[in-house]
Amino acid sequence: MTSLEERKAAVVEEFSMFDEWLDKYEYLIETGKNLEVFPVELKTDDRLIKGCQSRVWLDTRVEDGRLWFRADSDAIITKGIISLLVRVYDGCTPAEIVSDSFDFIEKIGLRENLSPTRAGGLNSMIEKIKEEAKRNV
Amino acid sequence: MELCPDIIEIRKQFPQLAETVYGRPLVYLDNAATSLRPVSVVEKWTEMSYRFNANIHRAVHFTANVATEEFEKSRNAVAEFIGASSAREVVFTSGTTQSVNLLAYSLGNSSFFNKGDEIIIAESEHHSDLVPWQQLAERKSLKIKVLPIKDDGTLEIEKLSDLLTEKVKLLCAAHVSNVLGIINPVKEICEICHRNGTLVLVDGAQAVAHLPVNVDEIGCDFYVFSGHKMFAAPGTGVLYGKKELLENLPPFLAGGEMIDTVNWDKTTFAAVPQRFEAGTQNISGVPTFIPAIETVKLLNNSKISGETEALKSYVFQSLSSDPDILLYGIPKDLSKKIPLFSISVKSAHHEDLALILDKMGIAVRSGQMCAEPLMRRFGVSGMLRASFAQYNTMDEAAYFVKSLRKAIDMLK
Repeated sequence: MTSLEERKAAVVEEFSMFDEWLDKYEYLIETGKNLEVFPVELKTDDRLIKGCQSRVWLDTRVEDGRLWFRADSDAIITKGIISLLVRVYDGCTPAEIVSDSFDFIEKIGLRENLSPTRAGGLNSMIEKIKEEAKRNV
Repeated sequence: MELCPDIIEIRKQFPQLAETVYGRPLVYLDNAATSLRPVSVVEKWTEMSYRFNANIHRAVHFTANVATEEFEKSRNAVAEFIGASSAREVVFTSGTTQSVNLLAYSLGNSSFFNKGDEIIIAESEHHSDLVPWQQLAERKSLKIKVLPIKDDGTLEIEKLSDLLTEKVKLLCAAHVSNVLGIINPVKEICEICHRNGTLVLVDGAQAVAHLPVNVDEIGCDFYVFSGHKMFAAPGTGVLYGKKELLENLPPFLAGGEMIDTVNWDKTTFAAVPQRFEAGTQNISGVPTFIPAIETVKLLNNSKISGETEALKSYVFQSLSSDPDILLYGIPKDLSKKIPLFSISVKSAHHEDLALILDKMGIAVRSGQMCAEPLMRRFGVSGMLRASFAQYNTMDEAAYFVKSLRKAIDMLK
C-alpha cells in the first residue's frame, strides 16, 4: 500500500493535468461515479455530514488500528470530492490523520474554486474525518 | 434617467452585466434572489452617504432636512408606485422578512387574534411568509391551514371557500411565487376572503420588478416587498397596510423616533408610519427607491416587455421540450408567469448542475429556495432556478439552454 504522502501527491498530480475547472469537474464526476457502492442501510442520520447542501454520508470502520472509510452523496461532484478524501485517508492510522495538514486540498485549488457554501461543506467533510480519527486515537 | 427602450442601452445602466467570471461573460440569472443595481441607484446611494448623511426626522440643520426630505420623497414615490391612498400607509423596513415579522408581531400583540383562530397560508409560500406565522401560531395557540396548489403550481382557489371558516382571520399568499414564478389571482383571493371578514397579506417580493402593482385594485390589507429585488439598495423594504389597520396596531420595535411622549410611568406612541420605524432607518438606502422605481417603469415599457415575453416563451419552449427536464409552475397561460423557471433533472442533482453552470459563467440558484414544504409537495430535494430580468438577452437565454444541456450530458 502507498503512503499517505504518495497518495496526496498522486491526487495533486492528476489535478494538475487539467487547466480548466470544467475539466476538473469532469474528473470529479468520473471519480464520484467510480466510488464503491455504499450500502443503503448505512445511509443513517448519524453518518450524515452536517453543513453540506447536498446529503453526504461517511461510514468509518476501524480495523487493525487503521481507519477505513466509505462515503456517498446524492450530488455527484460532492461524491467526487468525498471520494478524493476517502482515497487519500483510507487505511491511515488515526494518529496520521490527526497530525495531517490536509494541505493537498489547497494544492489542487479545490477550496477556492468552490462557492463559500460548498467550501463549507468541504470543511465539514474534513472535520468529520478528523473527528473520527480523534475518537479512535 | 432618459427613457431608452433599447435593451443594449439599458444594459449599460447595469455595470455588473459587463463583468466576467472565470474568464467568461457573467450571465446573471439569479434575479429572483436579488436584482442587479443600476448606476442611478448606486449614485443616489453614494450621494446620500457622501453628501447628505444626517439622521432624519430629528435635527433642524440643513443636511438633516435634505436627508429627511429624500426619505419622505421616497415614501411618497413608493405610495404612488403601489397605488396606496396615502404615504402614511407605507412603512419602511429592512426587507420583506422584516415586514412580515413586524406584522406578525404587532398583530400578535393586538387583540386581533383569539385562541383557536386560524391563518391560511398558500402551499407555495416562501419561508419568510410562513415561519413568522407558525411562530405566532405557537405563541397564541392559533391554527395554520394550507391553501393547496395544483400540479401545475396554480393555487386551488376552488378550495378557498371551504377553508374559510369564521375562525380564519388572515390569509397569506405571494403575488408571485419565488419558486414557481406563477402570478397568483390575489384580487380574487381578497374578494373571497373579505366576504368572510378575513384579512389578506400579499407578499409582493417577486412581483414588484415585473408587474404593475396596485394595492387598491388588488384590495389587499397588507402588501410587503424588498427593495433589493427591484433594483434598489439592499436592506430596504416596505410594509404597506391600510391606514385604519396600521393605526390600530401596537408598535414592533420600541425606541427612538417612534414615540409620542415618554414618561417614567407610561409612553405613548407616534402615529403611523413612524410608530413602526424605531431607531435610525436605512437613511442611505431608502432614497434609492426613487431611481429604482424609475428603472422598473423603464424596464416594463412596452418594447422591452415584448422582448421579455419572447425570451420567456423561448426558454419555456426549450426547457419543456427536453425529456430530461421537469419544469415546475406551468400555468396554461404563460402570461400568468414571470420569466422564472424552476426545474429538476432526473439524472442530475440540482447542485451539480448549478456548479457546472457556474463555471460556464452562469449564475443560477439551486436548493430548496426557502420553500421546503413546496419541495416536499413535488417530491424533490431541491430545484434549479433560472430567474431572468428584463435586461437579460435572448443570447443569454440561448447560452443558458445550451449550457444546461451540456451540464446534463456531463452528469449522465
